[in-house]
Amino acid sequence: MLNEIAFLLCASLTLAGAVAAMMLRNLVHCALCAAGAFAGLAAIYLQLSAEFAGFAQFLVYVGAVAILIVFTILLTRGADIQTGRAGSSSSWIGLLVAGLVLACLVGSIMSSPGLVRLPAQTANAPVQKIGEQLMNQYIMPLETMGLLLTAALLGGVVIAMREPAKANPSAR
Amino acid sequence: MTTPLANYLILAALLFVIGLAGALTRRNAVLVLIGLELMFNAANLNFIAFWRFNPHPEKLTGLMFVLFSIAIGAAEAAVGLALIIAVYRHRRSALMDQFNSLKG
Repeated sequence: MLNEIAFLLCASLTLAGAVAAMMLRNLVHCALCAAGAFAGLAAIYLQLSAEFAGFAQFLVYVGAVAILIVFTILLTRGADIQTGRAGSSSSWIGLLVAGLVLACLVGSIMSSPGLVRLPAQTANAPVQKIGEQLMNQYIMPLETMGLLLTAALLGGVVIAMREPAKANPSAR
Repeated sequence: MTTPLANYLILAALLFVIGLAGALTRRNAVLVLIGLELMFNAANLNFIAFWRFNPHPEKLTGLMFVLFSIAIGAAEAAVGLALIIAVYRHRRSALMDQFNSLKG
């Protein structure tokens, strides 16, 4: 019972944050609501007893990605541009596609009876075991991930770096 | 009494569709990126839910996939936001329907 209430609370926080992030006009409010949705998801991971993934989600998304998004909004001066429509001209097609995808997904979830009766396992994922697996079985993916993050860091800095004014007069 | 698996899957489906609708309909590039991140997170939630409900949770496969997936999501957000800043510097705009030429 307590489990159900916790799930309902976290799920409503996540969904409300996601809807608000996609509907509001002020971009800073959108970013804050998206951070709320990410925090709700982290709480759901905790409720599913995936503690490490929950805390990683909280640190990476609520901590880092939300801050990056706010920085980008402020750097692109999106916060003070309120004129014009928020949606694009063909937004009804987008909504139609999203509705079709939702119907397809929910239909397939509901029509798989084995899925609903699956019992929850008493899963626990101690950090020690995660660390052992990362160092043994998943050592190659871990190293590759380090390489990828380094490349993304360098790429992000190079792409966003201000170009020299003499080389390209149009860039300020 | 625990929450059944289908509830988590439906929550993930709703989150995915909200992100998809936002990414398809909003004009601002930053909001499109937030929509992409929401879809990414919906997929992660599916992995965690299936890990929790499968017969061998001690193998930690779904959990490991989500850890790597979160790292990839962070890298994607960093590069995507850097691209938005770079395009904004050229076009003086962050609206998707004004990024319609390849001349830069």
